[in-house]
Amino acid sequence: MRSEARRLMAPLNRADCEALCAGDEVLLSGVIYVARDAAHKRMVEALENGEPVPADLWGAVIFYAGPSPARPGLPIGSIGPTTSYRMDPYAPALLEEGVRGMIGKGDRSPEVVSSIVKNGAVYFGAAGGIAALFARSVASSEIIGYEDLGPEAMLKLDVREMPLTVLIDSRGASLYLSGWERFRRAKKA
Amino acid sequence: MREISARMVTEAVARLFVEAAYNLPADMIRTLEDAAAVESSAPAAVVLRDILENAMTASEGVHPLCQDCGMAVVFIDLGQEVMLIGGGLAEAVDEGVRRAYSEGYLRCSIVADPLYDRRNTGDNTPAKLHVRIVPGDRVAITVAPKGFGSENMSAIAMLAPAAGVEGVVDFVVGAVDRAGANPCPPVVLGVGIGSDFEGVAELAKRALLRPIGERNPHPAYADLERRLLEEVNDLGIGAAGYGGGVTALGVNVEYAPTHIAGLPVAVNFCCHSNRHACCTL
Repeated sequence: MRSEARRLMAPLNRADCEALCAGDEVLLSGVIYVARDAAHKRMVEALENGEPVPADLWGAVIFYAGPSPARPGLPIGSIGPTTSYRMDPYAPALLEEGVRGMIGKGDRSPEVVSSIVKNGAVYFGAAGGIAALFARSVASSEIIGYEDLGPEAMLKLDVREMPLTVLIDSRGASLYLSGWERFRRAKKA
Repeated sequence: MREISARMVTEAVARLFVEAAYNLPADMIRTLEDAAAVESSAPAAVVLRDILENAMTASEGVHPLCQDCGMAVVFIDLGQEVMLIGGGLAEAVDEGVRRAYSEGYLRCSIVADPLYDRRNTGDNTPAKLHVRIVPGDRVAITVAPKGFGSENMSAIAMLAPAAGVEGVVDFVVGAVDRAGANPCPPVVLGVGIGSDFEGVAELAKRALLRPIGERNPHPAYADLERRLLEEVNDLGIGAAGYGGGVTALGVNVEYAPTHIAGLPVAVNFCCHSNRHACCTL
């Protein structure tokens, strides 16, 4: 099913990203960070004020997610992507700080696509709503910041072969546009 | 009068939310299997099979279907010959929500203040409670945990009556086209037509509760459901937005009387995790 998937190890460097094309299947391993709406707002506010953020952003991959609570003895609950456009106002500032990959679902703003191209980054997609399966890719999870946000706290994850698809590559090409055009049928007269 | 204790309502609500969070309804499973069999787009077909495998994994009761365990939407049809004893209805429902989200390891996603202080309430309360008083001495409870990736794509329009069927179709299909991959396609669409501003939105939400494939009993509205499904699937968005022929699994339309000047229409999106569970006390 994913026999042609490319294996990647996070954090990512620019060459890793530039080798990827929209539509490529990827199996991502390594250390990634989980942050969504409120954590993004705080990180960008901290950067504007010259204050530290909870993660080392250089080469970082940020997963837009908020997992369900882990049962005792398990590393994580269900985890899957949240819709990315809500992070669009914050993403360029983080890409400028060295963030190399984002994982989410849904299209991005023209500003984010420009910033992806400028910084040699990549936007990965995870299918939404298969969060019980995705939990299998997570070996460990640790809260690293903004714990008061509860389900929106920032996490560090150790992931193993997380199945992703390249949605927007470092040249700005989008799987969404090409996929929809291929399957769109003209409206009947 | 038949007496029903608030504790029974709490226990039912708690049980139903856990059931809904881990078990996809049978009509959804069947429709997803049919979709996986006909999808010609390879990446979308992979997603459809992943969704089915996810449902099997979730049904083991360890990991819920989705990390977004939803806003706790509750519909209650309260028989007018029922006397609720030992507590208030809203409090009993909220206690059930509190218990389900804690004991079921479900994510709490509600903030108390939408604008200024977006602090999480920590127990997924309050529930969004819809109550109708109906004849009889029963209490029918339906829970529908609602994820917001899809809720955020929902839309309402107060069309002019002259807009007619074409206006309704253009509005619904346009909303799905704009939503793209955001609402976790393949989606289920609840469409409300008629009533008033808030009434049409509730019609759309209630439409999501009807099993997929069960058509509106009015033949013209049943035809409209079929047409909307076909036109939405012609958009080519596909599962996860990866391009494909199955963008929606079902379209359910509910209608109600409206004003001579109006043609309200609302579309409530639900992702493929169209979760709900019900019981009668």
